[in-house]
Amino acid sequence: MNANVKLGLKQRYSLLTRGLDWETTYQPKEKIFPYAEFEGIKIHDWSKWEDPFRLTMESYWKYQAEKERKLYAVLDSFAQNNGQLGISEARYVNALKLFLTGISPCEYQAHRGFNHVGRHLPGVGPRVAAQMQSLDELRHAQTQIHTLSHYNKFFDGFHEFTHMHDRVWYLSVPKSFFEDARTAGPFEYFIAIGFAFEYVLTNLLFVPFMSGAAYNGDLATVTFGFSAQSDESRHMTLGIEVIKFLLEQDPDNLPIVQKWVDKWFWRGHRVLGLVAMMMDYMLPKKIMSWREAWEIYFTEAGGSLFGDLARYGLKVPKYADIASAEADHISHQNWCTFYQYSQAAGFHTQLPTAEEMDWLSEKYPTTFDKYYRPRYEMWAQMEKDGKRFYNNALPQLCNVCQIPMVYTENTDPSAVSGRVSEYKGDKYHFCSDGCKDIFDDEPEKYSQAWLPVHQIFQGNCGGPELEDVLKWYRLNIGADNLDQAGSPDQKMWDQWMADRAGVGG
Amino acid sequence: MAVIALDKDYADKVEIRDRIENFHGNQVVYVHWEDHLSFCAALAFPLPPSMPFGALVKDVLPVYYGMHPDFPQIDWSAVRWVVDGTPLIPALDKSLQENGIGHKSSIRFWTPGLDGYNHSRA
Repeated sequence: MNANVKLGLKQRYSLLTRGLDWETTYQPKEKIFPYAEFEGIKIHDWSKWEDPFRLTMESYWKYQAEKERKLYAVLDSFAQNNGQLGISEARYVNALKLFLTGISPCEYQAHRGFNHVGRHLPGVGPRVAAQMQSLDELRHAQTQIHTLSHYNKFFDGFHEFTHMHDRVWYLSVPKSFFEDARTAGPFEYFIAIGFAFEYVLTNLLFVPFMSGAAYNGDLATVTFGFSAQSDESRHMTLGIEVIKFLLEQDPDNLPIVQKWVDKWFWRGHRVLGLVAMMMDYMLPKKIMSWREAWEIYFTEAGGSLFGDLARYGLKVPKYADIASAEADHISHQNWCTFYQYSQAAGFHTQLPTAEEMDWLSEKYPTTFDKYYRPRYEMWAQMEKDGKRFYNNALPQLCNVCQIPMVYTENTDPSAVSGRVSEYKGDKYHFCSDGCKDIFDDEPEKYSQAWLPVHQIFQGNCGGPELEDVLKWYRLNIGADNLDQAGSPDQKMWDQWMADRAGVGG
Repeated sequence: MAVIALDKDYADKVEIRDRIENFHGNQVVYVHWEDHLSFCAALAFPLPPSMPFGALVKDVLPVYYGMHPDFPQIDWSAVRWVVDGTPLIPALDKSLQENGIGHKSSIRFWTPGLDGYNHSRA
């Protein structure tokens, strides 16, 4: 063989990614891959795995390094030019606080999850792909932290994001979502994160945050978004490949996969409620409503996706119709929750302004004026009377999604929806049929849930009083929490703007 | 259905975190005032099972619901109670336990004539 002959891309790819395995001799294969079978998924031929992108490690490093160089150049210039002064309003930063405490640690969890899958799937093709995704997720966590660290120099609420992620009541929602996925078997994890989250729902997470950043003058976050974009499209491609591979390998896989798709669609829908309220209430300059985003990215894009997958027998996720109906409500219900628990949040809240309320009426013609405007009017009146409305008791939580049980019946949006199951003599409460089904399928797992409210009652969160718990969260009382108006963030911003006006003459 | 887990003995190792024993003599009780959704969800309280129902009404609820303009107008004799899905006429001097309210029971109540701020159910 002539060593000087250059190999073709395909040949080269195959040499670099295949035949890296060996057949075991002194240990049975199932001991090397102990997680491969217990979920009941049947794989007959791993070599049938088609790599959706032929990316070698060598080119992976090259591409990623190039993207990093560009990103960090922008971040440096953002910092040197005091880019934080260019954002729309100080309160925009609250969306970033929610992102850093709620999402970035999940990128890290995704990294660990894909690392695990990348070790434990018996096929070399998906193993390589999962390892690359694992590195991507780690990179996303790092670049998000670096991007947002600039804001931490000036604004409150960023300083203890990993600690808060592990402890703060509402952050148990995304945290427990990923822990649920990571404690499942490798195939379920792949469907949960690779397909349901990265493929079906990812646009509903990324587009709102990154477009939100663009609309609100946050160049640093936009650039991070661009830097992650090509990774995200690779992840989506991988997610769809996994589904097709599993469904093609054995017809017995279909009911298992369908169950996971149903479950993780619903779990994802609940987590995305945080994004919904971010879009409708936290962005000073709005991109579109959550309802509109849902239409584009789930109803239309998801509709055509499940149209394609119908040939494998896979159906639209159970309760997709309920989720679509809820798109008219969840952003309002979630924001009302944070408004009344503002004393225990790691970011600032505010009532929507009169203009914002009109925008919400227009975007939600069937629900906003009827169900939500009166609440805001009542609270505005109470603020005016010097009696700002706080909910001083802890809320009942759903045992699966861990969100306060704020959601309402589709048949009556004024009646809170509640479901209950019994397991080993105890009651378990849920916000929806979707969450109840998940519990009923695996009560052993979810009866172990670490529910923040119950943990406070059990004395495991620093003490019985609100102040004790907030200290245990490492939340700076009076700085990180409460309303935007009167916050140190807002005072600093107002001073900056006044100074700037002075300089401008 | 048998649990799907790598560990065959998984089900035996489950430790239920919210067993009543973990609440230091209290039980968790959820209370929700219907048609008043300015309180976003049912409220959770750790309460002694021996607490009289009347004390819940007189000492607990006013602290947490009292700021709502409807609250002072409640006619407690007309309130309709539902515990774990079943209507209840509570004996005020009897304990929560004697009224059939157990660990993680859910108490919902309706206040006739009062349906939220400007009748908006808020």
